[in-house]
Amino acid sequence: MHISPVLWQFLVRWLTNSALFPPEASAISPQMDAFYFFLCAISAVGLIAVGILVFGFSIMYRKEKNPVATQIEGSTLLEATWTIIPLALFMICFVWGALLYFRIYDPPTNAMNIYIVGKQWMWKAEHPGGQHEIDSLHIPINRQVQLTMISMDVFHSFSIPAFRVKREVIPGRYSTVWFEATATGTYHLFCTQYCGTDHSAMIGEIVAMTPEDYQKWASGSTSGASLAQNGERLFASLGCNSCHSGEATARGPNLAQVYGSQLQLVDGSTVTANDAFLRETILNPSTRVTAGYAPIMPTYQGQVSEEGLIDLVEYIKNLNSNYRIQQTLTASQLSPGQGGASTSGSSSPAMNDRPQQTLGAGQGRPAKAGKTAPSVPGTVNQ
Amino acid sequence: MSTIVTLPDQETARLPKLSYLNSEYGLKSWLLTGDHKRIAMLYLFSITFFFFIGGAFAGLIRLELLTPLPDLVASDTYNKLFTMHGVIMIFLFLVPSVPATVGNFVIPIMVGAKDLAFPKINLLSWYLYVAGATFLVFALVTGGVDTGWTFTTPLSTHYLNTHVITAAMGVFIAGFSSIFTGLNFIVTIHRMRCPGMTWFRLPLFCWSNYAASILMVLGTPVLAITLVLVMLERTIGIGVFDPTKGGDPLLFQHLFWFYSHPAVYIMILPGMGVISEVISTFSRKRVFGYTAVAFSSVAIAVFGFFVWAHHMFIMGVSNYSALVFSLLTMLVAVPSAIKIFNWSATLYKGSITFETPMLYAFGFMGLFTIGGLTGVFLGSLGMDIHLTETYFIVAHFHFVMVGGMLMAYLSGVHFWWPKMTGRMYPESMSQLSAVTTFIGFILTFFPQFIVGYLGMPRRYHAYPPEFQVLNVLSTAGATVLGIGYLLPMLYMPWSLKYGKIAGSNPWQATGLEWQIQSPPLTENFVDIPIMDHEAYDYDWLAHQTEHEVTTVG
Amino acid sequence: MDSHAIATEHGEHELHDEAHPAYLRHHFVTVDQQRETASFGMWLFLLTEIMFFGGLFMAYLLYRNWYYDAFVASSNTLGIGLGTTNTAVLIMSSFTMAMGVYSAETRNRKGLMTSLSLTILLGLVFLGIKTIEYHDKYTEHHIPGASFSVEDFVHPTDKRDVPLAPDMAQHAQLFFFLYFAMTGMHALHMIIGISILFVLLFQAYHGAYVNGHTSTIDNFGLYWHFVDIVWIFLFPLLYLISRHPLK
Repeated sequence: MHISPVLWQFLVRWLTNSALFPPEASAISPQMDAFYFFLCAISAVGLIAVGILVFGFSIMYRKEKNPVATQIEGSTLLEATWTIIPLALFMICFVWGALLYFRIYDPPTNAMNIYIVGKQWMWKAEHPGGQHEIDSLHIPINRQVQLTMISMDVFHSFSIPAFRVKREVIPGRYSTVWFEATATGTYHLFCTQYCGTDHSAMIGEIVAMTPEDYQKWASGSTSGASLAQNGERLFASLGCNSCHSGEATARGPNLAQVYGSQLQLVDGSTVTANDAFLRETILNPSTRVTAGYAPIMPTYQGQVSEEGLIDLVEYIKNLNSNYRIQQTLTASQLSPGQGGASTSGSSSPAMNDRPQQTLGAGQGRPAKAGKTAPSVPGTVNQ
Repeated sequence: MSTIVTLPDQETARLPKLSYLNSEYGLKSWLLTGDHKRIAMLYLFSITFFFFIGGAFAGLIRLELLTPLPDLVASDTYNKLFTMHGVIMIFLFLVPSVPATVGNFVIPIMVGAKDLAFPKINLLSWYLYVAGATFLVFALVTGGVDTGWTFTTPLSTHYLNTHVITAAMGVFIAGFSSIFTGLNFIVTIHRMRCPGMTWFRLPLFCWSNYAASILMVLGTPVLAITLVLVMLERTIGIGVFDPTKGGDPLLFQHLFWFYSHPAVYIMILPGMGVISEVISTFSRKRVFGYTAVAFSSVAIAVFGFFVWAHHMFIMGVSNYSALVFSLLTMLVAVPSAIKIFNWSATLYKGSITFETPMLYAFGFMGLFTIGGLTGVFLGSLGMDIHLTETYFIVAHFHFVMVGGMLMAYLSGVHFWWPKMTGRMYPESMSQLSAVTTFIGFILTFFPQFIVGYLGMPRRYHAYPPEFQVLNVLSTAGATVLGIGYLLPMLYMPWSLKYGKIAGSNPWQATGLEWQIQSPPLTENFVDIPIMDHEAYDYDWLAHQTEHEVTTVG
Repeated sequence: MDSHAIATEHGEHELHDEAHPAYLRHHFVTVDQQRETASFGMWLFLLTEIMFFGGLFMAYLLYRNWYYDAFVASSNTLGIGLGTTNTAVLIMSSFTMAMGVYSAETRNRKGLMTSLSLTILLGLVFLGIKTIEYHDKYTEHHIPGASFSVEDFVHPTDKRDVPLAPDMAQHAQLFFFLYFAMTGMHALHMIIGISILFVLLFQAYHGAYVNGHTSTIDNFGLYWHFVDIVWIFLFPLLYLISRHPLK
């Protein structure tokens, strides 16, 4: 794959300007294009071979030149040849394609994570720092970015041709894709899975910026609360901390540092507590009961939106210690019955004694003692 | 240019006094017929009708895509256009095209039988086709359906309020038409071969249709039950495909593609059978590597059942299952390549002429090769990530289905037209059509490969302006293509009255169907023949010609 | 002319004789060919039916795996007594059908009519019991949809049953959906079969099938046995496995 860099640059520039190729704006784009060249080359060879045979024989053996045909049964040697050679070429394509596929769909460990929620007919991007975008995505170049995506309704597909990446965005489960942008600029974002009336309008922009510009953008665009902070509010308002209080006698497992760990479930299986697991457990807890605990967690299906789930997952991802959970407990000012879901029938007595405190300790917001908390982003009321 | 066409003396030639066309008169004799040839003609009429409806929708789509803005039709209308175009072209045209028209007509004669195994079921097949088509037309005129031909859930089950159930019912019923046709062919080829007709003396057209019939019989029922589930889901809404109720939308994808991938082989295999016959006849040679071509047909059918998830590489199947399906996809590509090379080798040391069926066959060879090779692009996992769901896919399947299958279908119709009607079509007009179609096709669909690599998604009503040039090229090509398809609609009916009398064997071909009168008697053969020579035996034919009487009447 | 260009078999000129009875269709050469062809066709058709039911079995496989507890609990609410009775009834009807085939082959018109009538009767008994079962599901609020109630699963009356969490109990609807879809599809095939049986009975009354042309009865027998076999798969999958209450 070592073509002279000068020749490669020339090819790239010429091809991009000829509008045959989308811009090569990510680390994987040149690899994809190289593979494409190879495929085009063997296709051209194959087509020319067939073309020469067909045209050549038609002319050489046209009736005027060759009035009597020679009956030929076949040739095992030829059959073998034109079985094995195409098979070998296809196997090369298979291996190369598989390598490329694994490279694109196996995310690297230290990628920066951004959440994407697709819904008819818009894309929402949620940066962990609390930046929310609609139909656009700002990213820094030269940084590995992973997208964790989910749909709120039907199948969509998140496609960035310039980066040569695409992944289906599925309702009910997370899908991920990663890339590393290498060239600043604005690139097309398309939804490529037919999703109804305004499928062609579900497009947007990917804005790749230098790291400095990205920082500037990020600090200027934040909504004020990171996803984890939103998650914290939800955690409290939905009453999660009544069971997941972090205490030894708690009814629910401790969530500090649970993200990424190996969990043993009641049926004996071991699972990794990743994003998908956390989301699934919130929605279908009785299918994933941790060993040693009773299956009493209620389902939150229908009570929390996908954005809310993302916030909760972010919150849990960032839970380093029990102290953090305690902070959430004390920061909550909701009494049972107000906002969010209640646990199965019983109110948590501990919360009644909770002294009213400011929401989000240390954020400098005025206390809202006695009033119902403002509707928390992420619950279905919005 | 010289030709092998050998017609009876036109001064004295007449159509045979008695044939399947005039053995009985009246609408009832056609609508209640058991004669496979009449049923073939009923199908020919129906599918041509639906081809033009589907084609009209294609024209509207291309017209809209002339400009980047959604300015011709509303978004919902556009979505209905491409949905109905796909549904009609696939289920009402491509799937029955060669099997139900040419296959129905010719297969019993090729095996030396007086009819298919189950004539009444054959007629039932046609009525099921018409019933299914009626449901689809009803869905069309009462507002259309916009799910895409793939009926993807949960869009089709919970997010659309168009006539999804009606359309699904139409496809469900038409599917049974396909199943019964396939069943008939398999049983006929197994049980109705005349004495001496061993498997390896069958024309390759029979082998290809046999392979396609296996796919029809085993694959279509899965589509049927999948559509039933979609219809139930739409009415009861249990959540069998709805994740918010515990269902799995990917289950639908697996069930749907389990049929729909073999479906593409159902569509292409009979066309490949036509090409075998045509290339042999117009090079005056037996097909090179008969056994290889025969087994390749069956191999395509068998492998075709194991590659369905290559339509789902980016949909969340595990990397490892994607690996398996990609490997199998590469394997299924090989038999098609073998066939192309065998056909090319058939030309070697042949005596080649360029009548219209041969021109279409050459068009097939080139366009199917391109289409098939681009399939390898898509079967390669990494490449598929960039190319899937773009116009590259649209170009790929139009190359194989239209550039491949439709050309093969036209080749077959022209090839067997003299047998079916007793008349020749006008040669220069038809050659002009073939060339026009070829040129129009390339102009229409080649730019779509490019715009697909650029990233233009499929099923898009509006697109970024930088894609316009290629779209304009594509629409321009579509105009030419349309002309190419309209011309046969003019000269074929013309030939029924004014075409030259063909005689029993205008092409000097070897099949059993060419040894009987044109058009054939209702019972095909007065006495069941005994097969005593190999397929494509031109030496045997040379001896026959000495004894052959060319006057008819 | 045409067919003299190729070697042909010498055709018979009598309209009907031993080798060409009245029921020999014109496109078949011998009675054997006709019979074997019809049989082959029916076997092939049954193969398509297997593929047809296959999709539902696939869905059942998947969701049983995902929601094991709900599926086991739901399965336990199906009446084992009625289910077993139905199985016996259907197997019995296959026996009477086989007796019908035997009667046809031994040219026993009365025997054939009796067998067909018994088969119809047993088929109707099966459908009757099925109706009772469906009605039970209705009264127990186990029909998926608006009327579904999770009470029986969240607060089971039987001490041996483990109560399910509400979200898992909701998935019981999927079990019942598949139960109704699979047994409903099966019942539809039975209704079609019984309808054809009435036609066959009527024809048999007028002397058909006992004159050497038993093909129709043979092939319908195949269909009936197939419908029976589908039930033999449905019954264990829906009623029997994991019958013991959850630990």
